[in-house]
Formats: sequence, structure tokens, C-alpha cells
Amino acid sequence: MDGDIFIQILVAAIAAGTPFVYAALGELITEKSGVLNLGVEGMMLVGAISGFIGMAKSGSLLVAVLCGMTAGALMALIFAVLTLTLMANQVASGLALTIFGVGLSAFLGLKYTSIALPGVPELHIPFLSDIPVVGRLLFSHDILIYSSLVLFGFICWFLYKSKAGLILRGVGEAPKSAHALGYNVIGIRYLAVLFGGAMAGLGGVYLAVAYTPMWVEGMVAGRGWVALALVVFASWRPLRVMAGAYLFGGITIAQFHIQGFGIEIPSQLLSMLPYIATIIVLVLISRDQKSIRLNSPASLGLTYHPNN
Amino acid sequence: MSEAPRLQLKGMTKIYPSVIANDSIDMSIAPGEIHAVLGENGAGKSTLMKAIYGVVKPDRGQIIWNGEAVAIQNPAHARRLGIGMVFQHFSLFETLTVTENIALAMDDYTSMESLAGRIEEVSGEYGLPLDPGQLIYSLSVGLRQRVEIIRCLLQQPKLLIMDEPTSVLTPQAVRKMFETLRRLADEGCSILYISHKLDEIMELCHSATIIRGGKVTGYAVPADETATSLARMMIGKEIPVCSRQRPVVDGERCLEVRNLSKSSADQFGTDLKAISFSVKGGEILGVAGISGNGQQELLYALSGERLVDDRDSIAIHGESVGHLNPDERRNRGLGFVPEERLGRGAVPGMSLSSNVILTAHRQGMVAKGLLKFQKAAQFAEKCISDFTVKCGSGDDPITSLSGGNMQKFITGREILQSPDLLIVSQPTWGVDIGAANIIRQSMIDLRNNGSAVLVVSEELDELLEICDRLIVIAEGYVSSSVNVNDTSKEEIGLWMSGMFPGGPATDTFNEATHNQESHGC
Repeated sequence: MDGDIFIQILVAAIAAGTPFVYAALGELITEKSGVLNLGVEGMMLVGAISGFIGMAKSGSLLVAVLCGMTAGALMALIFAVLTLTLMANQVASGLALTIFGVGLSAFLGLKYTSIALPGVPELHIPFLSDIPVVGRLLFSHDILIYSSLVLFGFICWFLYKSKAGLILRGVGEAPKSAHALGYNVIGIRYLAVLFGGAMAGLGGVYLAVAYTPMWVEGMVAGRGWVALALVVFASWRPLRVMAGAYLFGGITIAQFHIQGFGIEIPSQLLSMLPYIATIIVLVLISRDQKSIRLNSPASLGLTYHPNN
Repeated sequence: MSEAPRLQLKGMTKIYPSVIANDSIDMSIAPGEIHAVLGENGAGKSTLMKAIYGVVKPDRGQIIWNGEAVAIQNPAHARRLGIGMVFQHFSLFETLTVTENIALAMDDYTSMESLAGRIEEVSGEYGLPLDPGQLIYSLSVGLRQRVEIIRCLLQQPKLLIMDEPTSVLTPQAVRKMFETLRRLADEGCSILYISHKLDEIMELCHSATIIRGGKVTGYAVPADETATSLARMMIGKEIPVCSRQRPVVDGERCLEVRNLSKSSADQFGTDLKAISFSVKGGEILGVAGISGNGQQELLYALSGERLVDDRDSIAIHGESVGHLNPDERRNRGLGFVPEERLGRGAVPGMSLSSNVILTAHRQGMVAKGLLKFQKAAQFAEKCISDFTVKCGSGDDPITSLSGGNMQKFITGREILQSPDLLIVSQPTWGVDIGAANIIRQSMIDLRNNGSAVLVVSEELDELLEICDRLIVIAEGYVSSSVNVNDTSKEEIGLWMSGMFPGGPATDTFNEATHNQESHGC
């Protein structure tokens, strides 16, 4: 049943790509405001364990999601105070945030390593879920996957259709000009950083309560770094971020199946495949220098002082 | 005038840690009046305007708007009162469209489409046509300024502040802008016009406030004054003049550029298109043009900071140097003063005499691989005294100098090495009149001693004053050269907009021919 395996891979790929969707879209908003937060990995980890604890204590997905998002946003708040109020270097502060998040999540998770959660049920939609192939592919997922699609639609609308999104892009492009027009550059950047943190936290929650419903120390396993890379290689465009996230998820799942078939390729090489393939594809589709310049925030990573 | 003044300033004072930028400035401007604020660079004009527009907070003083005292909190507040400002360094967003840029400054519009309609309507009405869908980076500097002006006009301002608006325009575009400003004034809008160009102020403005060193030194009706009397109020003494004496020196061809083509390193830069010209010893060749037309790229290629593909396209004394780096070119007699004083012209954290070593180490400052600091200090002292650089000593950090003194020092460092070929970019940009004259005179002296000098400048008056021949650069094309005595400001102005034989020759509106891209998802 080759077709069946294919559908299985696709369905699993969407699930595997979802943590990246949340974290990378959040980081996209942060970076569009001109702030480079390298702490995604740390925010995802703290979000994951906070969501896991919330789920274990209350049994409610909503509580888990709120815990994870709050924890991610609090982590981002530390970063925002350091870089936006105290004007610290963004790269160094982001790296420190990740190291801090790795340690903090391991500490918080000490008592939770042997617990398994029930997971998040798939939503069964009458009729739609019963359609052959398409039904399995599109209508057999859990609510966190559907909400990531809503988030994607919201971000496209926000960035390219709303006034607030225009202001955000303006602040990332030329903070001095935005200031001269009377916008509060630091305040807007605070909001963007906090949103990025909340989304990274939500990506972590998805991993720990839905994708693999248990807590393992360091379970984010580099996904935060991949999310960061996705934003850059997708040249700060939401649709390409989505494509990159699902491509990465798809190849990750596919290479498991290839290993399962017993094909004579060292598994280490196969494990490298998602990283290499995703970067090559995104670099190839984003090679147009002019479009990169049009979509990349010109002030990314630069400290901004409003008074000079 | 019987009405209350539109704007009155009383005792405006702004103190920065090292300098009093504004010292008790009083000023008054009536509705429909075009009022000049005249002063040299650093006199405090921009600070005063920023205080009116709410960008900086004054330490003391009162702003009275239409008879009521107001404390302007921020630019948004100023805009609500009816104050608009066109900045000297534009406050535009390069990767956004004209409409999006204007939307960012507006509070009351219903949709992007209706706003685009209003932009077309207002810009057409004032004779400043604009395409709302175009991205800013594809526009020329003149069109960018047009965006700023239209952005202000859409808010129907009662006071328009214009900070050095003509420094980026061709003489023809200046005419056009004056028409617009006069029409606005007729409609009752007051205009604060900041400039240091006396002829413009005498032509355009009804009244003037003259500022020197942060203080008001006089009020005047420009039409009743002469350029000399205004200048005396502005700089406190007569304007020194350059010696016009110039012996004919017939040197050999020193710099030769043949068919130089080079794509720009900057995505939004200008590519150089088969440029050819030459400079011989004993002459000053000027490169005129509006900024952003390839001057940067040309200078990077000439200095060796960016190498060119065809090594034969640049030759110094007949030797191909296109493949040589800046150091190797300097060994062949090149002296270079870049536009950016700090970063390219000098290292900010280093002292004056250490900065001397960077390029003047060829003057016997190195022996057996070791530096002779004594020699460098002597060189710095000579440079300081010859070019009247105001500073403590050669050991002071270069950042302790003002812009004008820094420029004198960097130019002096190059000239004292008696280069066969000196390339200077924007020699007097942001430099006061006294220092500018010293720099110009020193370039003329170098020419009289038989060196070749290439000057790139946006100040057409300056080029006409010091150069023997002129070429014009527009959109990466270079015109043939013309003797300064055989041309006029108007002709060069036309050339600057691309209208010369073999030039890009497009009309001023449609000069940005880039296809319109939009942001994709």
C-alpha cells in the first residue's frame, strides 16, 4: 500500500512541521520590527515544560497553552528589557537567553520526566473527515494544528493589510524615520518581541503535549535554531516560512520511513537530510537579491537609541 | 499684518552637555509669510526646528501657536496642530511604496486606494506629479523630497518647516519648488525656510532671522539686504574669497578612465555605464550630479576599495591600476579624501597623529618595520598649523574635532603628501564658510603646483568656482567634459537630470522606470 504510506507521511509531516510554524512565525514578527532574538530555542524549551506542567496539573489544553505562551513571553520580556531598555547587544543577549532556557527548563522538569500525558485528540469533523485521502490529509488533525493555520492567515493579513503591520514594517525598516513621524519605536519593538516569545512558547507546548506527549530534558532538540534559520532563508515572508516548516517536517518523517525500509544509507546521513534539503530549497527559491532587500528589515539586530 | 502671528518663539533655549545649541531665541512668523532661518552649519537652526516639531524638548522658552502657549510633546502632536516638516535627511522608508510612506504619517484615511487617489489629486494640483504605487528606493532624491512635501501637504499644514530643501535639487527643480512654496504662502500657509544659501533666501523669503552660535544676530528683510550684509550677520565677518589666480599649467595626462563599467555593491545603488574621462596635471576636473547617481560607485572604483573587472579601465600615469588595492594605488601617487570623514577618512578612536600614519606613512615614517611616532607628530603639527585646524594637540582623539576641522585635517593630510593625483568627495559638505574656503584654496594651490585634482560635489556653485573643466554624472552615465567658462548653471542643471548627448535623457517625472514590485506573502 504505497499510497497509504505516502498519506501517512504527509499527515505526520504537517504535525512535525507545526512547532516550526509557531516559533518561526513569531520570530518573523520580532525580526520584522528590527530585533534579532536568538533565544528561540530557550523560549521553546521553557514554553514546553510550562505547558507540560499546566497540562499535567489541570488536564486542560487551554491551561497548558496559556501557561506555555505566558512562559515564552516572560522569557522574551527578559530579552526585551536587556536589549530595548538597557540597549545590550542583541546577539549576545539572545544566546544567553537560550542557555538560560535550557537550564531553567531542565530544572523545572526534574519531577516530570517519567509522566506521560494522554495527548491531544484529533478533531473529527463529520463528513469532511470521512472523505478518502483528502479527509485524512486535511481534516484529521488536532486543534493546535488548525490554530497554527489561523495564525498564518492572521499574520499575512496583519503584515500586508493592516495599518499596525505597516507601522511594524516601518519600524524595522527605518526606526529613525518612524521616530520622526511620532511612533514609539521601543514600545512597538517590545510588543513584537513579546509576541515572538509567546509563539515560541506555544511551539514548545505543541511539542510537549501533542507531538510527543511527555517531557524529556532538551526535547526541543535544536528546533528553535531551525526556526530561526527558516525565517532568514524564507527571506522574511510568511508563506515561505510555512513551506519551509512543512518541507522540514516532511523530510524528517520521510527519512524515518526510509530507515525503516532498511535501505543501506548510514542513518546519520539521513538525519542530516532535512537540514540540508530545507536550506537548499529555501536558498534556491529566495535567490532574488532585490526581493530579499525588499522583505528584510533593514535595521535588524541594530541597537536603536531614540534620542540621537 | 493685523492678525496674531501664526507662531511665536520666546526665549527658546536648548542646552546639550557640550554646547548651547539655542540661546534665548525669539522669533515671530505671520500667516502666509515665508520666513528664512539663516545660519551656518552648526549654528543651531536644525535644533530650533526640531523643537518646534516636537522631536527635541527645549530646556526653556515658550512656543505660542496662534496666540496660545503650547508645549509640543511629539511630532504627532505637532502634526495635529498643523505643523509639517520636510527633513534635510529624509524620514522615508525605502522598501515601502509612496502610499504606504504617506499612510504612516496620516491618521485619517479610509483605505489605501482612497489615499492613493488623494495623493494623485493633490500632487497633480500642485504640479508635483507622483506615482503612488512606486517603491521609495526606486525614486531619485528629488522625487523622494516630493514625497515628503506631498506628505505634509495632505495634512493641510498651517506651518511648513523646510530644512535645507534645495541641497539635493537641480537648479530647475529649485525653480519648481519655489513656485509651489509661493503658492502655498498665497493660500495662507506659513513657511519656515532653513538655508545657508543667500541667493535663495533673497529671492524667496519675506523676512529672515539670522542665527550664529545659537544666538539671534539679527532680523532682516532679505530683499532690502545684500548678500554681503546678510553674510556678515551670518558668519560675523566678510566672506573670504578664494584667489582666482590660476596660471595655465600644462601637465601630462594623470588619470585616465576608459569604458569603466561596474555594477553597484548596493542593491539600490547605481551601476556605472561605460564611463570615460581623463584628468591631466595642473587642472581640477569637477564631477557634478545629484547624489545617488553613481558618485559613490565611481569613487569606490577610483580609490580601489572596489576592484574593477577590466584592469585597463583605470590608469594612473599610463599604468593600468584597475586590479590594484588602495594601498598600491597610493604608492603610485594617489591621494583620496572620501565623503565619510569617520570610518573611511579617519579612524574615530585614534588620535590625530595616529590617523596621520594611516596614509602618510610613506613620508618616511617607517624604518625597518617600526613606526617613527616623532615624524608622525611633526606631520600632524604641520597639518594643524597649515590648515588652521582648531584642536588641542596632535594627541587628541580625532572625534574631538568639529566636522569642519576634521575635514580640514583629513584633506590637509592628503595634500601635504603632494599627491600627483588627488581625488576628493564632497570637500565642503557640512563645513562652515571659513573652513570651506581654506579647503578650496588648498586644492587650487595643489593644482597650481602641477597635480591633477578630481572633485566630486553636489554643490554646483562650488564646482563652478574652483574647477577648470566639469563632467556631469547622471544615472551612472557621464557626460563629455565642458570648460567651466563655456557653460552656465542652467546647462549643467539640465545635464544633471540626464539630458546630455548620450545621457539617460528621461523627463523628470518618469525617471524611475523600475517595474513595480509589491511585497509578497
